[in-house]
Amino acid sequence: MARDRMIGAAIFATLLALPLLLPLVGADYLMGLLIKAMLLAIAAISLDLIIGQGGMVSLGHAAFIGVGAYTAAIALESGIEEILILLALTLAVTALVALITGALALRTSGVYFLMITLAFGQMIYFTFTSLAAYGGDDGLTLWSLATLFGSDVVQNGEGLYFFVLATLLATWAGVHRIGLSRFGRVLRAARDNPQRAEVMGYPITRYRLVAYVIAACIAGVSGLLMMQYAEFVSPAIATWQRSGDLIVAVVLGGLGTRNGALLGAFFIVLMEEILSSLLHEWRLIYGPLLVILVLYAKGGLADLMAPRAKGAG
Amino acid sequence: MSLTLFLILCLNGLQYGLLLFLIAAGLTLVFGVMGFINLAHGVQYMVGAYLIFAFTGLTGSFALALPLSLLAALAIGLLLEYAVFRHLYARPHLDQVLATFGIIIFLNELAKVLFGPTTLSIETPAFLSGAIQLTEQLRYPVYRLATIGVGLAVAIGLFATISYTRIGMLVRAGSTTPEMVAALGVNVTQLFRVVFGVGAMLAGFAGIIAAPIFAIEPGMGDNILIIAFVVIIIGGVGSIGGAFVAAILVGLIDTLGRSVATDLMSLFFGPSMANQVGPALASMLIYILMAAILVFRPKGLLPAKGVVA
Repeated sequence: MARDRMIGAAIFATLLALPLLLPLVGADYLMGLLIKAMLLAIAAISLDLIIGQGGMVSLGHAAFIGVGAYTAAIALESGIEEILILLALTLAVTALVALITGALALRTSGVYFLMITLAFGQMIYFTFTSLAAYGGDDGLTLWSLATLFGSDVVQNGEGLYFFVLATLLATWAGVHRIGLSRFGRVLRAARDNPQRAEVMGYPITRYRLVAYVIAACIAGVSGLLMMQYAEFVSPAIATWQRSGDLIVAVVLGGLGTRNGALLGAFFIVLMEEILSSLLHEWRLIYGPLLVILVLYAKGGLADLMAPRAKGAG
Repeated sequence: MSLTLFLILCLNGLQYGLLLFLIAAGLTLVFGVMGFINLAHGVQYMVGAYLIFAFTGLTGSFALALPLSLLAALAIGLLLEYAVFRHLYARPHLDQVLATFGIIIFLNELAKVLFGPTTLSIETPAFLSGAIQLTEQLRYPVYRLATIGVGLAVAIGLFATISYTRIGMLVRAGSTTPEMVAALGVNVTQLFRVVFGVGAMLAGFAGIIAAPIFAIEPGMGDNILIIAFVVIIIGGVGSIGGAFVAAILVGLIDTLGRSVATDLMSLFFGPSMANQVGPALASMLIYILMAAILVFRPKGLLPAKGVVA
């Protein structure tokens, strides 16, 4: 546990210090890359809550990023610019969508759950493509962006960087707290032995549903920030391939570890950046690389750093 | 809506449903027998379509290209099984998802590199072109009728094989208690390979017969894979009969829904609103159906006995 916190602290200290160093090497581009990586990391940590701790493999998590992004974009278009209000709206809408789809999906488990979350994710994706008033397939370019208390500090550059970093830190700490709490324990108990947890009197479906909704809300927030960063939103934000990428991040990093999900997300963003600069058809490398990693590197990146029993909170 | 239009839509829906069945059958068998979740199954559909495109280009004849494409689809399926999938049977589902996800990424990109990112198409084979006068007002393309016929024939063949042959018996036994089948001296590895090969070939076959009707493009297998999942959930995992019923149901509802939804919505809303809500609702119909089935029959319409997910 202490080791987890130390590695986490080291990561966040680095992220905090980087903007001070980056201008020296004149790298706006790197800052953008880091923001992208942190946004993916927020979503990946939330997914790890349900996959790593809850044992629920969802292949539709990117849909909630989309729900968050579209909720915020539509609210922006109708004139609401305060980011805290947008945040509240995003949380409310994502929670509602997750509550409905989660309650249905959790009537099953295992592979059925995976297929159903994938199907619901796809349904949400098609809903976005049919929003003709908001760009349909092509997406929506935003002419105004969210403000914080009327100031444009969170619209780009360092202001946005630190806002995203703060959100990432809050996510990390929040999910960490959940892992330590009684709620987290029940969640992991239900993952390891559902019958036993149920016999002990825990309504495990309700626990799972709450975890599912929390994870969806966090993903929704990352969607809101992705919209703010890209100044654009399109259905592409919610494709099932993005859900796949999130799973890759979580598994590469090592299940049930915040640092793992975080590093996994950074690894994906950096690798895509590096591979795609080397080769336009970089997916020809990325695909087989995944297969090789699955076949030969169980346990993920985090295991390489901290060899210990898997799945601890 | 006129009766003629309704009939045409029903035939189209039936045809789409049979196509879905060819894909879902392989998926549900592979999952039922091996407990293996193969996301790359949809890619086999794409592979089939590209193979028939390439072979018709080479040989100039659909009839010649068909067996060649089928064999190639089988070979590619078996190659993937040998190189990657067989190492994953004993792994957790999450690993299977990741590795097959990697295969999808690779093959989609490979199709883009080899054939370009634009959509391709092939002509309807000459001996199946033209249309038949079904009723006084209804002319229907021969090719589409032929795919319905072939789809039904394959479905019946599959039923018969699974219900009445030795290999079918092993498949049924393997899907309930694989350990027992192995203990009785059956070469389970071989059985897995056969099932996998047949599944891959069926998906490839679906891609082949779909090629003259739909556009051939990279990633075309991904969407149909997700619909096939919906079919499997509605029908019950591991159940061929369930997959058949669900596939036809999904095919009909999707096809009819897309043409009726806008008209139906204009009964409730103004025309502009209906034009927006209609298509959105139509594309959601099958998912709504899936949700409804989940509420009332969480195990699907015709669940297979003893399959453990």
